[in-house]
Amino acid sequence: MRRAGPFLALVFRNRLAGFGAVVLAVIVILCLITPLLPLLPPNVTDTPNKFLRPLSEGHLLGTDHLGRDILSRLLWGTRLSLAVGFAAALVAAGFGTLIGVTAGYFGGRTDNVLMRLIDMIMAFPYILLALAIVAALGPGMLNALIAVAAVNVPFFARNIRGLSAGLAAREFIDAARLSGQGHTRIILTELLPNVLPVITVAVSTTIGWMVLETAGLSFLGLGSQPPQADLGSMLGEARAAFLTAPHVMVVPGLTIFLIVMSINLLGDGLRDALDPRLRSGALARPAPVTLIRRDGPAPVAEHPEAALEIQALSTRFEVGARVYKAVSDVSLTLGRGECLGLIGESGSGKSVTALSVTGLVASPPGVITKGAVRLSGTDLLSLPYRDLRDLRGRRIAYIFQDPLSTLHPLYRVGEQMVEAIRVHRKMPLAEARAQCIALLRTVRIPNPESRFDAYPHEMSGGMRQRIGIAMALVNDPEVIIADEPTTALDVTVQAQVLALLDELRRDRGLSILFITHDFGVVGQICDRVAVMYAGRIVEEGPTAQVLAAPAHPYTSRLIASLPAPGAGKRRLVSIPGLPPAVDRLPPGCAFAPRCHRAQQDCSAGDIALTHQGKRALRCLHPEATA
Amino acid sequence: MTPALQIDGLSKAFPAGRGLFRAARAQVQALHPISLSVQPGETLGIVGESGCGKTTLARMLVGLLKPSTGTILIEGKPFDTRDRRISSQQIQYVFQDPISSLNPRKTIRQTMETPLRVLFGMDQAARRARIDEVFEAVNLRPEFLDRYPHEFSGGQAQRIGIARALLARPKIIVLDEPVSALDVSVQAQVLNLLADLKAEYGLTYLFISHDLAVVEAVSDRVAVLYFGAVVELGPAEAIFARPTHPYTRLLAQSAPAPGRPLLRRDPAPAELPDPLHPPLGCAFAARCPKVTQICRQSAPALRATGETQLAACHHPDGLGDQA
Amino acid sequence: MGRYILYRLISAVPVVLGITVIVFFIMSLIPGDPATAILGAYASPENVAKLNRDLGLDRPMVARYFIWLGNLLTGDFGRSFSLNRPVLDEITERFSATLVLAGVSLVLCAVIGIAAGVVSAARQFGWQDKAITFAVLIGISVPSFFLGMLLILTFAVNLRWLPVSGMYEIYGGRTLWDLARHLVLPATALAAVATGVVARLSRSAMLEVLRQDFIRTARAKGVAERGVIWRHALRAAMVSIIPVLGIQAGFVLSGAVYVEVVFQWPGVGRMLVEAILKRDLLLVQGGVTFVAACYVLFNILVDVAQSLIDPRIKA
Repeated sequence: MRRAGPFLALVFRNRLAGFGAVVLAVIVILCLITPLLPLLPPNVTDTPNKFLRPLSEGHLLGTDHLGRDILSRLLWGTRLSLAVGFAAALVAAGFGTLIGVTAGYFGGRTDNVLMRLIDMIMAFPYILLALAIVAALGPGMLNALIAVAAVNVPFFARNIRGLSAGLAAREFIDAARLSGQGHTRIILTELLPNVLPVITVAVSTTIGWMVLETAGLSFLGLGSQPPQADLGSMLGEARAAFLTAPHVMVVPGLTIFLIVMSINLLGDGLRDALDPRLRSGALARPAPVTLIRRDGPAPVAEHPEAALEIQALSTRFEVGARVYKAVSDVSLTLGRGECLGLIGESGSGKSVTALSVTGLVASPPGVITKGAVRLSGTDLLSLPYRDLRDLRGRRIAYIFQDPLSTLHPLYRVGEQMVEAIRVHRKMPLAEARAQCIALLRTVRIPNPESRFDAYPHEMSGGMRQRIGIAMALVNDPEVIIADEPTTALDVTVQAQVLALLDELRRDRGLSILFITHDFGVVGQICDRVAVMYAGRIVEEGPTAQVLAAPAHPYTSRLIASLPAPGAGKRRLVSIPGLPPAVDRLPPGCAFAPRCHRAQQDCSAGDIALTHQGKRALRCLHPEATA
Repeated sequence: MTPALQIDGLSKAFPAGRGLFRAARAQVQALHPISLSVQPGETLGIVGESGCGKTTLARMLVGLLKPSTGTILIEGKPFDTRDRRISSQQIQYVFQDPISSLNPRKTIRQTMETPLRVLFGMDQAARRARIDEVFEAVNLRPEFLDRYPHEFSGGQAQRIGIARALLARPKIIVLDEPVSALDVSVQAQVLNLLADLKAEYGLTYLFISHDLAVVEAVSDRVAVLYFGAVVELGPAEAIFARPTHPYTRLLAQSAPAPGRPLLRRDPAPAELPDPLHPPLGCAFAARCPKVTQICRQSAPALRATGETQLAACHHPDGLGDQA
Repeated sequence: MGRYILYRLISAVPVVLGITVIVFFIMSLIPGDPATAILGAYASPENVAKLNRDLGLDRPMVARYFIWLGNLLTGDFGRSFSLNRPVLDEITERFSATLVLAGVSLVLCAVIGIAAGVVSAARQFGWQDKAITFAVLIGISVPSFFLGMLLILTFAVNLRWLPVSGMYEIYGGRTLWDLARHLVLPATALAAVATGVVARLSRSAMLEVLRQDFIRTARAKGVAERGVIWRHALRAAMVSIIPVLGIQAGFVLSGAVYVEVVFQWPGVGRMLVEAILKRDLLLVQGGVTFVAACYVLFNILVDVAQSLIDPRIKA
């Protein structure tokens, strides 16, 4: 295992998992050395000394109804219970994996037949099947083991099948097929290594269940037979007199509890350590507002007449010891009725800027560390949550990228629009409905009355995005932030949606902050454009000017590398290298390592954004055209 | 000249839906019978939007999917994927998602070695030499070989994907949206690399993409797919400069480009027909500005609409009524 | 909706048939003479011969299966030798007692489990979350038969608040109040594990959903946090919680076997255990088939509930 060391460290970082591991280790070691311990024989009866209390002489934990030493029986019994639980888990995992991998990998009819079979077995409440098996085979520990293993096969088979089917659909399996590997080889060398960690965790978490289930059967008298002790049969035998001699029952009961709990704790730790999402801390619930931790006072408003003014905004992601500076010192001014494009590649910080405006960046791990966002002069980052929430959707509305994932899948689109109105204004349902239908007509959705009652999945991507646009408009907001609203759409649909947005903004005088990665889109819809690279704005200006005469080498190279339609087959201009990771930004200009005009001073220190007329630039050696 | 690749009447239908009783099964025609040929050293671009059948076509071409009808000929001989040793030297595939096409639990070297070992039984020294060779060809540093896929950016992973495709020295490479997952600045790097490799090794490309600007920049000829059928076929420079099928025209006009005005008139809703109930006539009829009665009644066949262009349209542009 | 229910009912037929096949197959694993095994070692030769005739035990296995299946369909589950009454009568009587116990436990585990999970997720890493997580850990680790005995010791024997065992007082009017008093302890013991599992799953389902894009959309619209959690997130999380409730119903039915034994509850689980120990195999065979078939029906209800919540599921 290439990551065994750090992996275990990760498991034990969870202190509870460490505690579970220690308890379990102690129990396992005790079981292993049981034959070597100076214990009384577990099965020798001594009726005169029955029901001795714990701490009696010679019997640390007392004696049971036949005067047998409970400590001795407990250790031998735990040994048996654990062994059977472990064996049952392995057997069930073995068969389950075989079935699951086969069904998941081959799919189709094989999958169908195998899974119907598994469904049949799962149609039984598990103990019924176990009881039937024990009834047929007769009571006994081995038969109990078989029964418990058999009823748990479906659990493994289903999980492994789901996982395998997901993996089998991945392209690397196709690639393996293309490289000439046979099915067996692909399963063994490509699929199984990816499934194995999950199987390991599943086995370790289910051993607890197996111990519990075999103990249960023994408790009912169907597992281990007298005089052989296991934890379940000890409990079962103690039941007859548990009101008078509770310790005979409490000792094995607590032991089962301890074993199962420690296995559960350890299993949780293992699972958490294996789940990469948990590792990055992403499973934390995002707070209603991004954490704001500014080290200084908010800057003074400079353009109170603007619809939206972003001032020196810095947003970062703090993941463990790493700090990703997603947005650094971004200032933007969105005039009334203006459409301002914010363009950049993935990881440039454009979407984080957009989400920071109303504190929608997921926190943890997001933190706003600097700056202000002013809506008609008021700093949104200084507002209490209640006031900020009141602004969201009413004065600032968002249009998001992929409407299939950004609309609630289980509510009708009409309900979602009506909700957007009614969280801000008291309005009778019928009136809200009429307003929404009118808006649906505005965004040119055919049959708006019937579409009002449709679910998002019943619509095409283009229609859904129109819903997204209509929903942003329900409260007549002053500012609309469109975060890559057409990226997920096909090009002919994108053209329609862009035309609609452009028309709406002219008719309604909307102020739009338009986030995109596409210069073509910017050129068609935006009045001004700001270019972002590695979390900073590198260039800003009227769209036509920036497109015609880009001053920053990054902008100019990026525009040049666009394959514009109609130019025929040709060699493209390319930018060497990769964008820097925002947790390891180089000093000075982040683009310098890739830049054809870079000189020594570019990497010396921070470069300021200099304004000249309507344009702004963060570069020491700009393109000659500017 | 024998075409490098010729397909005749290739089509694919998938069973769809589950009836209450199994017998009644509907079919979805993902790809209508298609015939195309690609000359050695040519790049054929295939462009279309979601649901046009371009990925289905690609997967059939490399033998990941069985065609419902039709034949594939490579250099005049039927394409047989049963012997991967031969077929892998004929045609290779570069996947859309570069990271997902690499096994997360194998080093790049392990991934690269498998086909060499399994298909060609090369010994370790020979494998090492061949891998170093292709790695150099795609401008990757050899130390990358001992890393795991998650350590790479999309652009690097796509280079690895291309390197893997080169291992078997194929003549044809099917590129399925090879740059759509990449950022613009990296996209150009990969496209230029593909052009260099083609020149160096005399490759033939099938370049599949939804982005017609990209397709145009790399292709000699382009086939436009709509709803599982070729609607227009012709030289790259002609097809977007002088489209003859109304869909191609719409596609060309929709592509956003700096300095290009927005499409002002809002055509009919841009929705594909229901694949379970395909229309009788032309699939584009509902969106078409030139639609007439005949378009709704019979599906047009692909026919010449100019010296070098073909289109499947009852009322193509270019024949007399140049718009 | 009617179409969907019909579809689910029809597709349940092969499952129920499969159940009978599995039960029949398992029972045919019994070593030795089946008639003697069924009737017990002390059965009279006439009875053995009669049973051999009735069940067609001299015929091949497939034929025997169809005879048995035919009998089942006409409501003839055979006769229990240990109780000397028709198997079906005994099962229906006992099953109603199990239904009361399991039903109450299932409702308890669903309501408490989901509520705890939602609160836990909404207050992630807060003290409520920690307390719930701790309680859940104990709940899912304690064997129900052990918990049952502890509850009896504490609340019935020491505190004398509640009765020790049974379903009603022996000499009483069988009132609802009496039943409720008898139900508290066994239902608690039975619900503990399932509640833990449901709470755990609800918490992780909620956390999963709360990171989704449509939650951000709800917040961007200005929806208050309470609405985000209960209206937007829980609704979506229910899609993964409901199937688990179906699975937990199976676990509750299973746990009922132990709890019924501990609390002397006159349910079908205790009946099965006694039947196995007495080797009353017709009773076991019939009981298992009957309960499994009921469970299949219950799962159809779960699927229907799921389709009501999730419009994406269609017949």
